Amino acid sequence: MKKRLSRFLNWTILLGCTILVCLFLGIILFDIFSKGMSSLSWGFISQPPTKGMTHGGILPAITGTLWLTLITTLFAVPFGIACAIYLNEYARPSVLTSMIRASIRNLAGIPSIIYGLFGLALFVQALHLGTSVLSAGLTLGLLSLPYIITTTEEALKRIPDSMREATLALGATQFETIKDVVLPKALPGILTGVILTLSRAAGETAPILFTGVAFYINGSTTSVNQEFMALPYHLYMLSTQHQSIEQVRPLAYGTAVVLILLVFVLNIIAFYIRFKQRTQQ
Amino acid sequence: MDQIKLSAHSLNLYFGQKQILKNINIDFPKNQVTSLIGPSGCGKSTLLRCFNRMHDLSSDAKIEGSIKLDDLDIYDKKNSVTEIRKRIGMVFQKPNPLPKSIYENMSYALNIHQFPKNEIQKLIESALKESYLWEEVKDELKKPAVKLSGGQQQRLCIARTTVLRPEVILMDEPCSALDPISTRKIEELIVSLKKDYTIVIVTHNMQQAQRISDKVAFMYLGELVEFGNCQDVFQNPQNELTKNYVGGHFG
Ligand SMILES: Nc1ncnc2c1ncn2[C@@H]1O[C@H](COP(=O)(O)OP(=O)(O)O)[C@@H](O)[C@H]1O
Ligand SMILES: [Mg+2]
Repeated sequence: MKKRLSRFLNWTILLGCTILVCLFLGIILFDIFSKGMSSLSWGFISQPPTKGMTHGGILPAITGTLWLTLITTLFAVPFGIACAIYLNEYARPSVLTSMIRASIRNLAGIPSIIYGLFGLALFVQALHLGTSVLSAGLTLGLLSLPYIITTTEEALKRIPDSMREATLALGATQFETIKDVVLPKALPGILTGVILTLSRAAGETAPILFTGVAFYINGSTTSVNQEFMALPYHLYMLSTQHQSIEQVRPLAYGTAVVLILLVFVLNIIAFYIRFKQRTQQ
Repeated sequence: MDQIKLSAHSLNLYFGQKQILKNINIDFPKNQVTSLIGPSGCGKSTLLRCFNRMHDLSSDAKIEGSIKLDDLDIYDKKNSVTEIRKRIGMVFQKPNPLPKSIYENMSYALNIHQFPKNEIQKLIESALKESYLWEEVKDELKKPAVKLSGGQQQRLCIARTTVLRPEVILMDEPCSALDPISTRKIEELIVSLKKDYTIVIVTHNMQQAQRISDKVAFMYLGELVEFGNCQDVFQNPQNELTKNYVGGHFG
C-alpha cells in the first residue's frame, strides 16, 4: 500500500516537472511568435535593414549566419569525425587516450565566451585573419569540435564488432572496413549529432562577438575575410543596444522567430534521420 | 598419411596476465573437417581466431609459438595479414552480412582483392550455387542481405567466404543461432565443401560433430586434451576428461 502510494507520488512529481518544463517552453515560444509573426514577410527575409535599422529586413544577418555555419561545418565536421575515428577505431586504450578523452569532455564544458577570447587571440591576432567570418567560423568550429567528436564516437561505438570482423575476415584492411562498413552504418547517428551541434552553434553569440560579427554592414557578406552580421547578434543589438528600442522591438522578435525556425528546421532534419534509421532496423 | 594444411606449434595465448591457450600443438589435415569441442570458455573460439589473426586488433592479446599454413608462418611480420585472411576465411557464430545487398555482400571481397571485373559475376554465381543459395536468391540479388532468413544469411556468409577460393575455412559455431532445418542444410554444405577446402569448425553439439567431422579435437581449460579420428574420440576416448565430456557428463 505504502509502496503504491510512493510510486504514485514519484510518478506525479516527475510528470509535474515535465509539464512545467514544457509549459515554460510553450510560453516562451508563444510570446516570441505572437510578437514576432507580425513583422515576418517576404521583404523581411529578402531585404537589408534600412533607415538605421528601424525598417527593412534582416537578409545580411541570415546570409551571415549561413556563411558562418558553413565555415564551422567545413572546419569542425571533418576534423571532429576524423578525431572520433582515431579514438574509437585506431587508438589503443592507454593513459594518453584516456587523457585525450577527458580533455575533450572538459572542453565541452568551457563557457563559450572563453572560446571567443581564444578565437580573438589565435585566429584574429596570431594568425592575422582579422575580424572576419572566417575567424568567427573557426572559433565556432572549435566550440563545436568536442560535441561532434563525442557524438560521433557514440555512433561508432554502437556498431557491433561483428560488423567489423565481417570485412576484416574477408581480408579487408582496417581502413577499408571503416570506409565501407563502419562509417556508412554509423552515418545517421553521426549526422544527427552534427546537425544538433551546428544548430546550437548557429545560435551562439559570445564566440563571434570579438571575432568578426558586426552591428551593420553595407550589403551582404561575399567573402570569408569580411565582417558579417549574424542573427543572434542582430537580435541582441536590436533588443538592448539600439537607440530606439521600442520602435525596433517587433523587428527584434521577428529576428528571433527566424532564428528559432532555422534551428527548428535543422532539428527536424536530425529527428527525421533518427526516425528513419530506427524504422529501418 | 594425411597432408597437413594448417598447424599450430607450441601455441600460447594470454589476455593480459591470464593464459587462455596452453601449449597447443595441432595439425589439420587437408580436405578434412576437424571439429573443436569442449566446454564453453575452454578457448575454442580463441584458438580458432588465432588462425586468421583475428586477435591482431585486441591490444591485450599476446601470442607465442607459431602457426603455419603449408610452410607459411602466418605470424611472420613479413606476411600481409590481408593476404592470409584471403587464404583463410572465417564464418562467425551469428550471421553477420554486410549492411548491403546480397550481390554486394558477394562482390565486396572480390573487389577489394581486385579480381578481374569480368569474372566477378561468374564467381558469385558459382559460389552461391555451391552454398545451395543460388536458386533461392537469383531473382533478388539487389535485396538487402539482412532481409534474408537467419539460415540464408549464414549460407550467404559461407558463400561470401568461399567466393574468394580460400584454402581453409574457419567456422565458429556457425549453426548455434539457427533452427534445425537450416542447421541440417549447413551441415550438408560443410560436408560438401571439404573436397575443396580444409575446414576447422567449433561446435558444442556432439551429434553435429559426429555427423560432419573427420577429426575431433577436445579442449579443456585452454589445453588440447585429445585429438584424433572422429570415430576414435567418440567411441574410444583415451583421456578420462574426454570420456566424461563426450559421454555428456559435463558441458
Ligand atoms: N578479449 C578477451 N579478453 C579477455 N579474456 C577473453 C577475451 N576473449 C575471451 N576471453 C576469455 O578466454 C576464455 C576462452 O574464451 P573462448 O575462446 O571464447 O571460449 P569458447 O569459445 O571455448 O567458449 C574465456 O575464459 C574468456 O573469458
Ligand atoms: Mg566460443
